[in-house]
Amino acid sequence: MAENRRAIYNRRAGYIWLCLFLRLILIAERDGKMYDVIIIGGGVVGSSIARELSKYDIKVLLIEKEDDVASGGASKANSAILHAGYDPVPGTLKAKLNVRGNEMFDELCKDLDVPMKRVGSLVAAFSQDEVDSLYKLYDRGLKNGVKNMSIISSDMVKEIEPNINDTIVAALYAKTAGIICPYGFVIALAENAAQNGVEFVFNQEVVSIDREDDVFRVKTQDSEYFSKYVVNAAGLYADVINNMVSDKHFSIHPRKGEYLILDKEEGYLANTVIFQVPTKMGKGILVSPTVDGNLLIGPTSEDIFNKEFRKTTYKGLEKAIKGAKKSVEKFNERKTITQFTGVRAVPDVDGEDFIIGESDVKGFINVAGIESPGFTSSPAIAEMVREILKDAGLKMAEKDNFNPKRKPVIRFNELTDEERNELIKREPAYGKIICRCETVTEGEIIDAIRRPVGAKSIDGVKRRVRAGMGRCQGGFCSPRVLEILSRELNVDPLSVTKFGGNSNILTAKAKEYVANLYKELLKSEV
Amino acid sequence: MEKRELTCIVCPNGCHLVVEVEGKEIVNISGYECKRGLKYAEDEIIMPKRTLTTTVKAEGGHLPVVSVRTKEPIPKELLNKAVYELSRITVKPPINVGDVIVKNILSTGVDVIATRALYSK
Amino acid sequence: MMEYDIVIIGAGPAGLGAAVEAYEKGVRDILIIERDSYPGGILQQCIHNGFGLIEFKEELSGPEYAERFIEKVNKYGIKIMLNTMVLNISSDKVVKAVNQENGVMEIKAKAIILAMGCRERPRGAISIPGTRPAGIFTAGTAQRYVNMEGYMPGKEIVILGSGDIGLIMARRFTLEGATVKAVVELMPYSSGLTRNIVQCLDDFGIPLLLSHTVIEIRGKERVEGVTIAQVDENKRPILNTAKYLSCDTLILSVGLIPENELSKSAGIILDPVTGGPLVNESMETNVEGIFACGNVLQVHDLVDNVTKESRLAADSAVKYIKGLLKQEGKFINAKAGSCIRYVVPQTVNYENIDDKVKFHMRPTDVFKNAYISVKSGGKEIMRRKMQRMTPGEMILIEIKKDKFLDNDLHPVDDITFEVEVV
Repeated sequence: MAENRRAIYNRRAGYIWLCLFLRLILIAERDGKMYDVIIIGGGVVGSSIARELSKYDIKVLLIEKEDDVASGGASKANSAILHAGYDPVPGTLKAKLNVRGNEMFDELCKDLDVPMKRVGSLVAAFSQDEVDSLYKLYDRGLKNGVKNMSIISSDMVKEIEPNINDTIVAALYAKTAGIICPYGFVIALAENAAQNGVEFVFNQEVVSIDREDDVFRVKTQDSEYFSKYVVNAAGLYADVINNMVSDKHFSIHPRKGEYLILDKEEGYLANTVIFQVPTKMGKGILVSPTVDGNLLIGPTSEDIFNKEFRKTTYKGLEKAIKGAKKSVEKFNERKTITQFTGVRAVPDVDGEDFIIGESDVKGFINVAGIESPGFTSSPAIAEMVREILKDAGLKMAEKDNFNPKRKPVIRFNELTDEERNELIKREPAYGKIICRCETVTEGEIIDAIRRPVGAKSIDGVKRRVRAGMGRCQGGFCSPRVLEILSRELNVDPLSVTKFGGNSNILTAKAKEYVANLYKELLKSEV
Repeated sequence: MEKRELTCIVCPNGCHLVVEVEGKEIVNISGYECKRGLKYAEDEIIMPKRTLTTTVKAEGGHLPVVSVRTKEPIPKELLNKAVYELSRITVKPPINVGDVIVKNILSTGVDVIATRALYSK
Repeated sequence: MMEYDIVIIGAGPAGLGAAVEAYEKGVRDILIIERDSYPGGILQQCIHNGFGLIEFKEELSGPEYAERFIEKVNKYGIKIMLNTMVLNISSDKVVKAVNQENGVMEIKAKAIILAMGCRERPRGAISIPGTRPAGIFTAGTAQRYVNMEGYMPGKEIVILGSGDIGLIMARRFTLEGATVKAVVELMPYSSGLTRNIVQCLDDFGIPLLLSHTVIEIRGKERVEGVTIAQVDENKRPILNTAKYLSCDTLILSVGLIPENELSKSAGIILDPVTGGPLVNESMETNVEGIFACGNVLQVHDLVDNVTKESRLAADSAVKYIKGLLKQEGKFINAKAGSCIRYVVPQTVNYENIDDKVKFHMRPTDVFKNAYISVKSGGKEIMRRKMQRMTPGEMILIEIKKDKFLDNDLHPVDDITFEVEVV
């Protein structure tokens, strides 16, 4: 009996030891994946926050469900502008963060080497009724603290915009508005954040979040990560993420906008961002130059029910064209090189203001419903989130080795011939033009792939260096870009994708495909 | 008598041909502008033929595949089989334009020739 | 600065043809600049046959046709600079180009021949609504993948547009084991050659749906299908004819656009209809000493015609550098009249006509048993019966020198080409 008991005791002790041992391993493993802050979502908001937090001595992870930053949601497809800040209702977060965010872009773009132009914006009034609205906007702007605004006469408008329709009556001119490449900015933020120690995981969709002993466990389809704080910057899906954790549910509904981009030949038609007088559904259809010299028209505004319903339609594109003709008749829609649809993440709260703050769950911070002017507000949102984290108890010591400067990008197109020659001598890959429409060299593409948070797909390359963004839309360069990706990432050409997931470009090796097919056929004949 | 209308594919002119057929006999052919059109119409009724153009796998050369064609048209019904035959072979450099890649493919009496050169890498 | 008598931009059929001709006419100092790593241009991926019937009286594939010219260029020792991209051309004929070996170069030419070819119209230009997944290719890009890189870009295919490359690719895909579900054409007629419809579609039972278009692309990551519909006479889709075709690939063969960004940098004026430079009888553009030929000038159906045009451009360039091409003279405008889309050349300098002038043109629609009538000052100077005309097949009209004279034996101001239906 006694021996029996001892055996049981021994076994039990062994079991306890085993449990302890396993638990130790578990903790060790969890430590490996233990962060101070996990940011969910790699759009402009998530990336701005990541970059802001990279200034401090904390461990930060950003989880993104697509294969790249600014790849799936609103940060990829929007009006590509910096709003001056006269639209939001005074006193709202939108008003405060828009104006503050706008001011921050000069320094940010300089540090991050992102092209941005403060071309100014016009809200164009084509009737006396609309002129009245201009004064309302002007007043709002004053209350919001917007600088350098004025209401100007049709003559002055014509001087700034010779191609605006003759029916122009007056306009609200805001000099602080600007144009920028939105995904270019997000990529730069992410790169700089990574340079300063923020970790990124891609292709991981958050499936559940739970909290135990003050630690969040963020589960994705393949893995799990632990942190003390979670920042929900999941854009269109911020409601889904919030509702995994918080009892205070909210919902984000998608509002779609369709756009057209016209050939650079039409770029001369607008010098500033030309808005129309806003309505309930948004700021109306604009005509704007892009920072790369194309002409952008759109967006339409339509509430949709499915967040994935991001397609262009005949009706929408027609509406965008018709709407834009109200401001500038002269553009030729046949010079369209591409169309796209963007989706605004509209929150179901009063006034549709941004939802920013710690939720009912301690340490879980929502940054949700960041629709327009979300892009312009993003740097100010990042500051605000930093303060919220501080207030929530996160100890943040400034790093002494934070480098605000992103590794500069070489753009062959912008160099002098002397600079080009020096570069080519040093790195011959810069002497090989891969995209002829936008004059992009192999050197630039290789750099885009090798950088921190580098390109992994055809669209990733396109968004970083514009290869495939010109008038032939990649017809010429995409096979060459595919080859470079396959070589640089050391993967089979068959696994190169357009934008991650199952978006593979090629489906089989030609000769093998037909050989196998006939082999099967012959077998079945026998 | 049956009238069959064909578009000649011998050259880009695309002549409109009319072939009158009695059973299996050709009674009359009209609409052709050259002798090759006449021959095409005859073949098309008796045994339609096509030139096959495709590629074969290459190894150790400057290209991953080399383009080839049948030197003469082969019976249309053999096109798929010929593609299969050609999908199973691999060529190596050097290859010059006109080199025979497969002799007498599928016993048609027609050779398959390279239409592009392949050099060593 | 490097200097050459003649600099040719592009080593496709037009550029190679022009180089060989210029050499044979006695010019030795020739440079061809090519952006690809081998000469031949688009011919290298056009592995199908049907080339050279006029030029060589045999039926060759594209690479073989190119090879005939490459051999001559090599034999003559004409210099080709490969892997070299031209960045711009100035109106005083300085070409700026870049490659890995030499960096950025400036090359001064006495005469320049533009032979850059054309590019394919992308999806955006034709505005197909829907999602933006992988699996949408222009026919030429797909052709490059299959014929040169050895990869299949898809297994179940719908082709939009019945241009020749689209038809040729329908056959290529089928032979390589893919299924081509349909070729969808917006117009009530095909823009490809009839022989290609027979041997590329009919032979394989591939349906050609005329007066149809793709109204939506579906699929999130990869194409999952397209919705097609019939169109009315204004090319607007008739929604109750909509039909869904599942496929993993959409191929676009919806037109070619002459590649003239470089021409513009030299101040060359383009014809808004052809998309190519305005040229005279000598294929000379509005910039003295800059000539154009091949698809950069007008999109051709047959490479044999490109070769002919390249000879004319090269002959003129040779005359120009010898000072034999007259810049002054009496200019006659050639105009596209009723039912003619365009005419090339657009002007004729009477002083430079040797014997006759060849005009290329396309009708706006399909016509049977109609006439092409050439008029000047309300008077018909020439008339030719045409059994069948279609926009997909270029028409050649030759006019003798004396026809350009009026009753007083002065050259006329302009001539107009028209279709007359009987």
